[in-house]
Amino acid sequence: MQIIQTDLLCIGAGLAGERVAIEAAENGFSVICLSLVPARRSHSSAAQGGMQAALGNSAMGEGDSPDVHFADTVKGSDWGADQECARIFVDTAPIAMRQMAFWGVPWNRVVPGEQTYYKGGKPFTAYEKPENEGLIHSRSFGGTAKWRTCYTSDGTGHAVLYTLDNRAAQMGVQVHDKTEAIALIHDGETCMGAIVRDLKTGELRAYLSRATLIATGGYGRIYRESTNAVICDGGGMIAALDTGVVPFGNPEAIQFHPTGIVPTDILVTEGCRGDGGTLLDVNQYRFMPDYEPEKAELASRDVVSRRMTEHMRKGLGVKSPYGDHLWLDIRHLGEKHITTKLREVQEICESFLGVDPVHQLIPVRPTQHYSMGGVRTNKDGAAYGLKGLFSAGEAACWDMHGFNRLGGNSLAETIVAGMWVGGKVVEFLAGNDTTFNTAAVREAYEKQAARINALIKGSNGNENVYAVRNAMFDTIMKGAGIFRNGTDLTESVTKLQEILQRARKVGLRSNGLGANAELGLALKIEGMVKLAQCVCYAALQRTESRGAHTREDFPERNDRDWLNRTLATWVNASDDLPTLNYEPATTVFEIPPGERGYGGGKIIPMDNPPQATPAGKKA
Amino acid sequence: MARMLKFNIFRYNPQDPTSVPHMQSFTIDETESMTLFIVLNRLREEQDPSLQFDFCCRAGICGACGMVVNGRPGLACHTKTKDLPEEVTLMPLPVFKLVGDLSVDTGTWFRGMYQRVKSWCETKKVFDPSAPEERMDNALAEKIYELDRCIECGCCVAACGTALMREDFLGATALNRVARFMLDPRDERTEQEYFDIVGTDEGIFGCMGLLACEDVCPKYLPLQDVLGRLRQRMAFAAVNNILPSFLRKEVKL
Repeated sequence: MQIIQTDLLCIGAGLAGERVAIEAAENGFSVICLSLVPARRSHSSAAQGGMQAALGNSAMGEGDSPDVHFADTVKGSDWGADQECARIFVDTAPIAMRQMAFWGVPWNRVVPGEQTYYKGGKPFTAYEKPENEGLIHSRSFGGTAKWRTCYTSDGTGHAVLYTLDNRAAQMGVQVHDKTEAIALIHDGETCMGAIVRDLKTGELRAYLSRATLIATGGYGRIYRESTNAVICDGGGMIAALDTGVVPFGNPEAIQFHPTGIVPTDILVTEGCRGDGGTLLDVNQYRFMPDYEPEKAELASRDVVSRRMTEHMRKGLGVKSPYGDHLWLDIRHLGEKHITTKLREVQEICESFLGVDPVHQLIPVRPTQHYSMGGVRTNKDGAAYGLKGLFSAGEAACWDMHGFNRLGGNSLAETIVAGMWVGGKVVEFLAGNDTTFNTAAVREAYEKQAARINALIKGSNGNENVYAVRNAMFDTIMKGAGIFRNGTDLTESVTKLQEILQRARKVGLRSNGLGANAELGLALKIEGMVKLAQCVCYAALQRTESRGAHTREDFPERNDRDWLNRTLATWVNASDDLPTLNYEPATTVFEIPPGERGYGGGKIIPMDNPPQATPAGKKA
Repeated sequence: MARMLKFNIFRYNPQDPTSVPHMQSFTIDETESMTLFIVLNRLREEQDPSLQFDFCCRAGICGACGMVVNGRPGLACHTKTKDLPEEVTLMPLPVFKLVGDLSVDTGTWFRGMYQRVKSWCETKKVFDPSAPEERMDNALAEKIYELDRCIECGCCVAACGTALMREDFLGATALNRVARFMLDPRDERTEQEYFDIVGTDEGIFGCMGLLACEDVCPKYLPLQDVLGRLRQRMAFAAVNNILPSFLRKEVKL
C-alpha cells in the first residue's frame, strides 16, 4: 500500500477546494488536492453568470450593502438558511471579489456615462458615475433588490477558476488529478485522510492528513436530467455518509434551474433573463408577468421553475420528442449584446442545438441544477461528527442557502466560504496534531480492496450497474422532482429500497483493469442510491413547502413545525433507510420569518415568533 | 431514415497485460441531435463497458473531451453526428500520455506548463483587504478575457507540427497564456523576463507558422494574431537595445 502524507487533503479542486488549499499553503502547510479531472475542468468552470457581492459600484447597484444582500439571501432561502453563515458570507464577499481581482480575474468594469440596459425585455438607460470608472461592475440576477452580480462576460466561473488555479500553482499546491477518494479513513471520532483510487492506473492508495476537506460539489447526477457535469455524482457526500456519523444536511433541498436546454440539459445562464430575456409559451406568449407581476422572469429560481411547470401542465408547453418545453427569447437584446455579453450562450445554442439565438428561440425547461444540501458543517466549515473533517462549497451544507439559493450566490460561496473555512482550517492545523491509527488505515484500505475484488469477480451478484442507475434515475424524478406529493414519494422510497438491494449485487461485465469507468461507477452506485433515498425519504417526511421543496399536498410553509434542517445519517451500512434528525434552521434571527415578496403561498407562523437580534448576537 | 453509423475506435489499455493497441469497430443507430457524447456513452453502456474516454461538462466549456475525429483534433461533446460521414475514426490526442483508449493525461502536461511560463500574475504588491480594487479599463478587461478563454483541451498542441517533433515546445496554449499576462498590468514582469520564457526555440521562435492551432481551437481564440504579434514583439525585444532609437518598436499585443 502506497501512503502519501500531507497536512491538508482537499478532496476536490474546484473553486472551494482550491481556495481553502491556497489559504493553507500561504500559511506554510503542505496541501494536496485530489481531483477527478484536471483542476480547471472542475464544474466551477461551467458557471457562466457571476458572483454576488455588495460592492455597489454600478448605477443599478447604488445603495447596495451587505445588509441588503443579507436580506435577499435569507428571503431567497425561504428562511431555511443559518443566518450566522449568511451574515459571514455577505460581509466577506466584497473582500473576496477584490482579492480575486488582485490575483488576476478580468472582471468586467464600470464604463462611465449613459449605458443601455434591459429589464423585462425593455431597454432603459442608466448613468454610470464617472468616479466609479474602472471599478468592478455588476449585473442583475433573480431574487435580488440590487444589481450585485460581479461577472466576466459569461465565463465567470472559468475566469475565476483559471486565476485561482494559477495562484494555487504559484503557491505550490499539489493537484493529484484523475484520482478519486472512495472512502474516508476514520475511527469514528477523527478523520485521518482517504482511500483513493488512481484513475490513470486503477491503483489504490492511502492519503493521510491532519485535516481533510470535502469540496466535491453537488450530487446532481443522481438525476438523469441535470445541468451538472458528469463528475457531480456526490462522491464526497457518499464518503461522508458512509462513515455513519457525518450527517447529510437538507438532502431534499434540490434546486431546478429554469433554463436547461432541451434535449441535452446544458444550462444557459440566468444572465439571459437578468439582461432582459423573456420566457414564452407554445403561443409565443410571455406568461411570467401573469404569475409574478412584480418580478416576472426574475423571481427566484424555485418560483420561476414552478411557474414554468405549472404553465406546461396547463397544456401550454411546446411539444417535442424529448417532452414538453418552453421558449427562452433573447432576440431583442441584439446581436452585439449576445455576441459579447452572452457569448457562451450563443456558442452553446449553436453547437448543441443548431439554433442561433440572435434570430431564433431557445428550447428550455426546468432541469436539476443545484444541491443546497450536503455535508453538514458548523459555521467554521467543520463537519458534524468527525474531528479534522471540513467541507466547503456546494458539497457542504454550511448553510447560507437554506431551501433555495439565489443565482450568483453559489459561485460566490465557493471563494467566500473557501476564504473563511480556509482560515479556520489554518487555525486547526496550527493547533492540532493527529495520531494516525495504522490499524484504521489498513482496515479502510483492505475494505476497499475487497470491494473492488468482489465487483470484478461478481461475487455479490451480476446486476448491471447501468441498469441499476437507470432505475434510480426514474424513481427519484418521479418522487422528488419540482412538485412532490406523499403518494409518489412513498412509492419512490419503497422502490429505492429495492434498488438499493440491487445496487449491492452489482458485478462487472468488463475486466475492471486500469482506469475502468464501469468499476468507478460500480464503486459508487450503492452510495448514489443512498443519496437518492435520503432525498426522497427526507422530502416525504417534510410535510410543508419551503423554497425549492414543494409539496402539492402541503402547500403552506410551516414555520410552526418545520423551520428546521434535516440531518440524515446512514448509521449502519446495511440499513435500508437513513436515520433522520432535525435541528433549528438558525439560532440567530437578524430577520424573523416573514413573507418573501414573491412566489405567493400561505405561511403557518411559529407559535412564539422570535425577536430580531442584531448582527452576530445569539438569539 | 436513420443512418447506421460505424465507429472505428483506437483501443489499448496499458494496465492490462493482454491488451495490444488495435482498432475496434462499433455500429450504432443515429438519433436526432446526436453528439459524440451520446454515442460514446451509449457504446459503453450498451456494447462495451471497458471503453475509456473522458467527458466532464459535456457542454464545450471544460475541455476534457479532446480527441482526434476523422483526423482532426476537436471536442467530442460538441461534435454532432449529422456533421460526420457514416464511418468515423476516433483516436486519442497525440503528444499527451495515453491513459487508455481515447483518454489521455492532459493534467500533467498543463501543470508542467504553468511552472514553465509562470502562469500567474507576478507582483511584489500585497493584497490589502481594506482597500478598494485597483481600477481597470473595461476594454482592457475584455481583451484579457479574450485570451483567458482557453480551456486547455490540448487540441492546439495535438495539431501542432512543432509539438509533434519536439517535446519541449511550449505550444500555442502556453504562448497565448504568456500573451495574456503581457496584457495584464497586474503582472509586473519585465520584457526581459517574458523574453527569457518565450524568446527561444522552445517558445515563439520554434513556431513554424503552420497555424493548425487556430484552425482546430474550439473556442476560436485568435491564435494566428497572438502568435504573430508575440513573435514580432519578441524579435524587437531581442534587438531594440542595439537599434538606433528611431528604429526601436514596441509591438502591442
